[in-house]
Amino acid sequence: MKAICIIAGKEITDGLRNRWVLGATLLLAGLGFALAFLGSAPSGQLGVKPLAVVVVSLSSLTIFLMPLIALLISYDAIVGEVERGCMLLLLTYPITKAQILVGKFLGHTGILAIATIVGYGAAGIAAAIGGDADAQSWQAFANLIVSSILLGCSFLALAYWVSASVRERSTAAGIAIGIWFALVVIYDLMLMGLLIGTKGWIDETIFPYLLLANPADIYRLLNLTAFDNIRSFSGMAGLSEQAQFAPITLAVALLAWIIVPLLLAGRRFIRSES
Amino acid sequence: MNIMTKTMPVLATQDDAETAILASGLAKQYGEHRAVDGLNLAIAAGRTVALIGHNGAGKTTLMKLILGLIRPSSGELAVLGAQPSIAGLDYRRQIGFLPENVAFHDELTGAQMLRFYANLKGADLAQCTALLERVGLSFAANRRVKTYSKGMRQRLGLAQALLGTPRLLLLDEPTTGLDPNSRREFFSIIRELSRGGATVIISSHILTELEAQTDLVAIMKGGHLVGLGPLDTLRQRADLPVRFQVTCPGAANRIRSAFSDLAPVTTGTDNVTLSCPVAQKMSVLARLVALGTDVTDIDIKHPGLDEIYHHFSPRPADSSEGAA
Repeated sequence: MKAICIIAGKEITDGLRNRWVLGATLLLAGLGFALAFLGSAPSGQLGVKPLAVVVVSLSSLTIFLMPLIALLISYDAIVGEVERGCMLLLLTYPITKAQILVGKFLGHTGILAIATIVGYGAAGIAAAIGGDADAQSWQAFANLIVSSILLGCSFLALAYWVSASVRERSTAAGIAIGIWFALVVIYDLMLMGLLIGTKGWIDETIFPYLLLANPADIYRLLNLTAFDNIRSFSGMAGLSEQAQFAPITLAVALLAWIIVPLLLAGRRFIRSES
Repeated sequence: MNIMTKTMPVLATQDDAETAILASGLAKQYGEHRAVDGLNLAIAAGRTVALIGHNGAGKTTLMKLILGLIRPSSGELAVLGAQPSIAGLDYRRQIGFLPENVAFHDELTGAQMLRFYANLKGADLAQCTALLERVGLSFAANRRVKTYSKGMRQRLGLAQALLGTPRLLLLDEPTTGLDPNSRREFFSIIRELSRGGATVIISSHILTELEAQTDLVAIMKGGHLVGLGPLDTLRQRADLPVRFQVTCPGAANRIRSAFSDLAPVTTGTDNVTLSCPVAQKMSVLARLVALGTDVTDIDIKHPGLDEIYHHFSPRPADSSEGAA
């Protein structure tokens, strides 16, 4: 446990030192504030919007941004250290590969958590003070923060899997960008194409499960369908009636998207010889 | 352990000290390539061993096997009474390692870096300051590692290898990038550690500097050991000729004809080089002295580690076996 903490602590201080934490926090806070105060252009109004609306806008933004940040900070977590030669030395210390992997993962999770809690938290509090926020909106906002961190973790885990499987940093970077593109950009378009192309063969019994096959879609469902007031803002009321997943099911699915890739990463890492 | 019963290479060690490293038929194969190929080795605790060999002779692979970073393909290896590839974390606590081209996280300062490794090893943090002092890095302790020169990184690497006072120290090409003063300082640290009972294995290309600093020399070639023992023993086994460099102003030709049996080589008119087997050294010397004033100086050269190394491990092109 101590070894895991040492590695995690080092990863966080590295993140603070190389400005990843600062950059991610400022980015999330800046976009959060922008959406809270200015982003009502579609409705033609200017001013602070209700917290529930902020949650909707922020979750749409997070789907794009959080996976990208997560992949960028962690794609070289293993292959980068191997390439620079730091890993060889680290492995001669009294620490197991599993401890290294878990420690690094927790450290990166810490970086994402700091950025999300500070960045979105500030924007959320500002929106709540300026606009109106009921208890359910606060719940939805807390849900947003926790699920955003979990979304980040699932992409961290995918990046670790890549990082443990390739031999060169540049390959890992390429695959990481590919993952982002495939899961965040292409997947929904592909689903839509599939729905139209198969002319109803993919029906409402299969479709919801296809959404579970992508952590970004699980996150979307988790944020846009879990609370009544959010549903009405997000235009997901129709979808949520079809997708009969309880929030707990969605949370478990998202956790599976963290644990499974991480286990695969661990297997690759432990089997590799330096 | 059954590996104790197998025949081990004869060792010229004076006492029956505990064996630090014992390898028997050790092999490591990467695909078709056998990086270590049937290696037999026994090293008593407390020795300082020079591990020499060409690039690709298997030195680094042997070190990785000893560190337990890789598993042997066949054969057996016992280090400090443990099997490195399956040994627990306690085993690694007793070992210090300085890799070739040591790399650090450049954003940390030297002191932070060393504290990180000390924490991992469970070493006393107070040791860090002392070690930085010992390797001569106190002045740069609070500077980022990325501002360090090659030699400073190497010294920081040595400091981390010494954390926790290891029983076995593995140094892969440790003196690259060190200036002559740092090298001297480096070897004095190694001697100090060795006096404390630690076993030290140093691989290096710079053979002359290892000559005076190590108890044993292990020569590797094509993945196995072609020579192991104290330098004197290896020198006798190699039976390389002693060379005389004779300074004889104006008398080179006379001396050349007088010593035609010893393959004389003249350089100009003032110098002759003779070589003879070690056993004839004194009689040749007597003949030279008998020449009187013709000879003004004699420089006797014994075969050094370089020559012995080349004897045991000729370059692949000259080798009858060919390199693996």
